[in-house]
Amino acid sequence: MIERLGLSPLTIQAESMVAVWVVLGLPLLLGAVGGLVRPARGWPVAMAGLLPLLALAWLWRDVDSEAGRSWMIEIGSLALYWRINGLTLILIALTYLIGLASALYTPAYLREDPQREPRGQAWFWPLLGILISSLSLIWLAVDLLSLYFGLELMGLSAVGLMLLTGKVDALVAGLRYLLLALVGSLAFLLGVSLLLGAWGRLDLAGLARAVEPGAPLWVAVALLSAGLLLKAAAFPLHAWLAPVHASAWIPISALHAGLVVKASFFIALQLWLVLVPEATVAAWAIGGMAGAAVIWGGVMAWRAAKLKDVLAWSTVSQLGYLLLAFPLLIGTDSAVAALAWEGTWLQLAAHGLAKAAMFLAAGNLILATGEIRVAGLAGASRRFPLSLLSFGMAAISLVGLPPSMGFTAKWLLLHAALTGGHWPWLAVLGIGTLLSAAYVFRVFRYSFIEDAPEYEFHPVPWGMDAIALLLALSALLLGLAMEGPLDLLRGAGEGS
Amino acid sequence: MSQPWLPLFILATSLLVAPLIFVLPERAWRARAVVNLSAAVLKLVLVALLVWGFYQGRDYSFGFTVVDGAAFFLQVDALGLMFAGLSALLWLATTVYAIGYLEDSPNRKRFFGFFSLCIASTVGIALAGNLFTFLLFYELLTLATYPLVVHRGHDKALQAGTIYLRYTLSGGLVLLLGVVALHALVGDIAFGQRERLADLGPEAHPMLTVLFLVLLLGLGVKAALVPLHGWLPRAMVAPAPVSALLHAVAVVKAGAFGIVRLVYDVYGISLVHELGLLMLLSVIATVTILYGSVKALSQQELKPRLAYSTVSQVSYIVLGISLFGPFGTIAGLVHLMHQGLMKVTLFYCAGNYAEELGIHRIDELDGAGRRMPMTSLAFTVGALGMIGLPPVAGFITKWYLGMGAVQAGMSWVIVVLMASSLLNAAYFLPILHRLWFRHGPAHGHGNWPEERNLGRFETSAWLLLPTAATTLFSILVGLLAGMTFSPLDLATFVATEEYLP
Repeated sequence: MIERLGLSPLTIQAESMVAVWVVLGLPLLLGAVGGLVRPARGWPVAMAGLLPLLALAWLWRDVDSEAGRSWMIEIGSLALYWRINGLTLILIALTYLIGLASALYTPAYLREDPQREPRGQAWFWPLLGILISSLSLIWLAVDLLSLYFGLELMGLSAVGLMLLTGKVDALVAGLRYLLLALVGSLAFLLGVSLLLGAWGRLDLAGLARAVEPGAPLWVAVALLSAGLLLKAAAFPLHAWLAPVHASAWIPISALHAGLVVKASFFIALQLWLVLVPEATVAAWAIGGMAGAAVIWGGVMAWRAAKLKDVLAWSTVSQLGYLLLAFPLLIGTDSAVAALAWEGTWLQLAAHGLAKAAMFLAAGNLILATGEIRVAGLAGASRRFPLSLLSFGMAAISLVGLPPSMGFTAKWLLLHAALTGGHWPWLAVLGIGTLLSAAYVFRVFRYSFIEDAPEYEFHPVPWGMDAIALLLALSALLLGLAMEGPLDLLRGAGEGS
Repeated sequence: MSQPWLPLFILATSLLVAPLIFVLPERAWRARAVVNLSAAVLKLVLVALLVWGFYQGRDYSFGFTVVDGAAFFLQVDALGLMFAGLSALLWLATTVYAIGYLEDSPNRKRFFGFFSLCIASTVGIALAGNLFTFLLFYELLTLATYPLVVHRGHDKALQAGTIYLRYTLSGGLVLLLGVVALHALVGDIAFGQRERLADLGPEAHPMLTVLFLVLLLGLGVKAALVPLHGWLPRAMVAPAPVSALLHAVAVVKAGAFGIVRLVYDVYGISLVHELGLLMLLSVIATVTILYGSVKALSQQELKPRLAYSTVSQVSYIVLGISLFGPFGTIAGLVHLMHQGLMKVTLFYCAGNYAEELGIHRIDELDGAGRRMPMTSLAFTVGALGMIGLPPVAGFITKWYLGMGAVQAGMSWVIVVLMASSLLNAAYFLPILHRLWFRHGPAHGHGNWPEERNLGRFETSAWLLLPTAATTLFSILVGLLAGMTFSPLDLATFVATEEYLP
């Protein structure tokens, strides 16, 4: 599958670079402007948010005609390697979409939140800009230096966003997250320096040709993977995730669960495909972790008392599905890998959209009821039908029921596992489906209670409901319209 | 001439009504009723148009690729038309009934929204042209019915909803695995491409047997085959229109319809026979028929008794197809329609008794025939039809089943049929006796549990009208079974044109 990463050949075209720089820089710029202006309404954010989308459309039109391109940027003695192909475009689009939804949601959310912190609001916009730009950089970069830079920037801005609430538990959770992120970065950096020492280069295409199996490679990959999986909250390195979500602002949790943890996974998978494409045993070990993540995350989400904890544990469980990409892509034959390749990226996009929608819908429910417990939702179906509908549609995608994107992704992964005869992964997917249905419908069970006491509640503005609804609808309905994006994913390999 | 838009329109009539209903405010019950009824009538007209076009030999298939090797595909064939027609007809009747039944109760918006989704999934199941599309709508049906089952929102309803989900989602997962495995084996099979699996040759037979069992397990949950039937009697806490629809056309029939598709359109009856799986189907059906009837006998409440009766009656369909001959096939297919009409009538009646008089238990029905003669008459027709008395629809089924059994040389099936008819009589006749011949509150003995005078007639006209209509249909399809376009005619057409081994 390495050819589908679009690493080579190098094609240097200056005119497409402009679009790339705009796509990378515009979020930063808008973030800085946002920090100065501090928009309190949604519509200026919406107007500004159109600009990056237009830039992306420009880039898309430039690149769409061919299979993808990659190029080198020289800054002094440093050489950075970037590429752009169907996969990159899809991931940037996903990033922009979820980022825009969170940005639109935030002003209204802060108005509604009784314990808001005015200073935090000013910092939100620049940090968001940095986060979106660094994520875009991660999707683009194919050398370890750019990747490290993007990863650090993303991690630090994510920590900053976590701390914005200014509350003690947020500080504790955020600092713990920072500590873990630094440990992860350290491991990553060690791995990078080992590779640099052994083969003297950092670009992935070059490394793919140069590396030879042996102790240095294995140690390096182990270090890189450990660091990245820690940041990706992969089982058993997931314990930091739930407290972080519990204390952060809702739109930040949506961004974090939808995008940030995926970035580390993306880098890890890319490195494995490049450096150790035949490490079947190690990949099966990751598969074991995936199974444990799916089951443990599912069980914990089922038992969780707070709504945000349900969502956080569900992220752990859904990341398990993604980790199945390792055993299905590494060292399998091309038919299996082709299916798994599409299934993995679709699962990533489906979970991103669905989880972001779910967090926003859950935020609406929490704001409206003033209750953070699942049991506090009793009777919600009558009072907040729209929020619950968004929650439900996102949930359908998480469980993987048709016609959602989650279903299409699961179909592909199941197909891959069956074609390859990987029975354990089949079982993991099956158990994961049942567990996710269990924790999702537990929430619904509370919401359908009719004889609940009437707590005081105030409905949230319709705009907040609309954002959650649109995200959820896209997760629900795009599942059947996946032929185009999948073509794009496949097309990425034709150039090489 | 290809007209792919017509099946899409038919799907859209109920699929797009759902968001419209969600948008309308809770109070606007008149607007909601108008939207609901006009959509239901429109759909009936469109289905009629489809039937007409189908007889003219038009091609209505529509499809697009979703992922490599799996396509969304709608096609129209005689079997699908039967099911689509049934669901369109009963949607109209049940919508009228539900408007009357839910008058003044809370959450009507939610109810009617999911109700439309439920019908949309049923029509999707009817028009699905391959297993992938069938699976899409089959799962959508689970999701759309859950809010209906827990509609009342009390503990018992929520408990029933949880059990319902446990069964149906597990069944759906097993079905998904089976469908994916079939795709991995041979790729996409449109319904009717029976030769694809038969061409695999004998070395694939063990694999095909396993796959058949997996798919049957997935479908058997919704078809309420024993021992996968546990959710059905519990789901009876749902409001009467929901029970009526669940039993008559939506959930239970979706399972049975899926089994028919599996046997005739995916595997082909000859292959299933070759694999020796028909005998298994007969045995499962027999066990289900007898077990359901025996359990029905021991129920003290009206709706659970009807529920167990459904468990038993739906397996007539499975028994019919397992007989491996034209008569058995005809019996199975025609029962798909007949059972729907009769069972929906019985549930409407149960709902009428509950709404007008507050009756839930069978021993409260004494003398209800005098107080509610029309409803009781309808109930009598439905019950006699279930037992299999001419000229009601159920007779046709049993007659053809018997002929099929003789033809297939499986005379033990006739014994089963007789035993089951006796059991049917044993659990329905006492009710009829109570209705008409016992003295009760209408004769001045005691009081009804909770009497309300809902309308000028014995009860609200909204409730009475659909009951009368479906009763009339149950008699008509039996009396006029020999006419063209009758269910029997359609079933004979299907059996002779498409499914003869």
